[in-house]
Amino acid sequence: MMHRKKKEKAIESTLLMVSGVTVVALFLLCFFLFREGYLLFGDYSIISFLTETSWYPSSSPAKFGLLPLLTGSLIVTAGAIILSVPLGIASAIYISELADPKVAQLIKPFVEILAGIPSVVYGFFGLIVVVPLLQDLLDLPTGQTALAGSIMLGMMALPTIISVSEDAINSVPTALKEGSLALGSTKWQTIYRVVLPAALSGISAAVMLGIGRAIGETMTVMMVTGNTAIIPGIPEGLFDPVRTMTATIALEMGEVPQGSEHFHALFAVGAVLFLITFIINLIADSVKKKYRLQEGV
Amino acid sequence: MLLYIIYRETIYAFQLICTFIGLVHQAKRIGSRRFKMSKKSISYMITLLLVTSLALFGAGCVGNDGSEEEMQSIMIKGSDTVLPLAQAEAEVFMMEYPDTSVAIIGGGSGVGIAALIDGEIDIAMASREMKGSEIENAQANGIDPLEQTIAWDGISVVVNPENPVSEMTFEQIKAIYVGDISNWNEVGGEDREIVVLSRDSSSGTYEYFKDEVLAGTEYRPDALINPSTGAIIQTVSQNKNAIGYVGVAYLDDTTKALSVDNGSGAEEPTSENILAGTYPLARPLYFYTNGEPKGLALEFIEFISSEIGEETIFEVGYFPA
Repeated sequence: MMHRKKKEKAIESTLLMVSGVTVVALFLLCFFLFREGYLLFGDYSIISFLTETSWYPSSSPAKFGLLPLLTGSLIVTAGAIILSVPLGIASAIYISELADPKVAQLIKPFVEILAGIPSVVYGFFGLIVVVPLLQDLLDLPTGQTALAGSIMLGMMALPTIISVSEDAINSVPTALKEGSLALGSTKWQTIYRVVLPAALSGISAAVMLGIGRAIGETMTVMMVTGNTAIIPGIPEGLFDPVRTMTATIALEMGEVPQGSEHFHALFAVGAVLFLITFIINLIADSVKKKYRLQEGV
Repeated sequence: MLLYIIYRETIYAFQLICTFIGLVHQAKRIGSRRFKMSKKSISYMITLLLVTSLALFGAGCVGNDGSEEEMQSIMIKGSDTVLPLAQAEAEVFMMEYPDTSVAIIGGGSGVGIAALIDGEIDIAMASREMKGSEIENAQANGIDPLEQTIAWDGISVVVNPENPVSEMTFEQIKAIYVGDISNWNEVGGEDREIVVLSRDSSSGTYEYFKDEVLAGTEYRPDALINPSTGAIIQTVSQNKNAIGYVGVAYLDDTTKALSVDNGSGAEEPTSENILAGTYPLARPLYFYTNGEPKGLALEFIEFISSEIGEETIFEVGYFPA
């Protein structure tokens, strides 16, 4: 008996150690990211980093303005969300409420496969198919625009949005739905007036997770958005080339000498990106918790 | 090298432990079933045994190789422009000398030079000269960079084959790239907005073009930044409004190379013009080593200037130094 207890204890402490590694890794990563980013502000003022409107890392004096990159990321992500949220929620409603179970079983694996495609494949598809198509359709000087990035990111965020909202819709108590139907409302009225409001917080969590997925994506946007570091107009900037924060880091990290101002500037951009995704995940998490509480009631 | 061995051995050890745990686990399961061994678990056992023996065998073999004869190897890293040349040379070289290994990695001139400064590689490929700051960094690290010109490359300015413009002066190209000209009709083309393509700042071609054509001025802020030369070719071939710059080795039917006029008449980027020195956008390609190259690095560099090596240079689309 004692032996068994000891063994249990040993397994438990091993697992604790393994999960501890994750926490330690996260803290080290944060520490490193923020320290390297902070070092930029020894020589370069934080106010110019936040307000400067151009990003010229290799001219002298160098200009490291966050604004064009931040607005680039925001416009691409906003476009992606506008495209993918209606599609995603509509698909989730269809799969969980309307579709024949056999059809739903057929559609679901396809959605999952969409999530498994590597981002460079999405990027390549975007560059070869979507970019020329946009150029011809909209008669733009170039198809490498924020919109191309939004379309690709929207596609990539779809699986997250569909599966999380589907879960949310599925966990709406059947009693609610049956009650609504019993009162004489149609299927559509039930979905629109009862199921959707009840699942709203779960769906919001899905949207937040989709945003998180879109804002952190690198390879795909780097291949299709043209990477021009100028502040896009809103909303007409959707049809201009933009550069996101992630693409900037990926494009320039390879070449910078370690410890240079440019190196620290890229880390500072990384830190901003980290903060944004961190906040988004926090929001998604708290929304989810709220939705669990409601479910309990 | 040492790190690599440790890494490999760790992987083997891990495999062994995994298979061992798998075996013990399987044995327990079989024991508890009191000899009711299904066909499935027998085949599972056999697979596990095979994997274990393979892992052991593999570890044994690798150990022997390391002790008996050391395979000579060098690592080369840097410019994407030099990359196709170095790869072709390495293929021919390794065919001639089968006991050698020449590993080549791209990434951009800056990347290769940074790796040389950190002492990670034997040869850095570069399509530009080392900057003063880089040489200082290298010397601070105890590295003494030595430059060798291994070939010449021509830079061509490319447009879509449907674009009626087929020659331009240096001034016009500069005006387009710094942002003074934005419509094709200002350089004799149709009334279309010019889409300006550039490489990213880790490219040696980017630096060369900036120094040589833009005379050090910054690129226009709305130029599209492409992560590779392939992406520039791809975009120019499908966009009638685009203009870009690429190494002559990348030219094919999908794009049109402009004749460039530097005050003494328009010159096409042909091999005759580049070798004769009349085409204005030609530049040397460099190998950087830490001091005089030794051993395999020296053999490889000598091989490039040999007769077979020079043939390969022509085949790739560059010109012998």
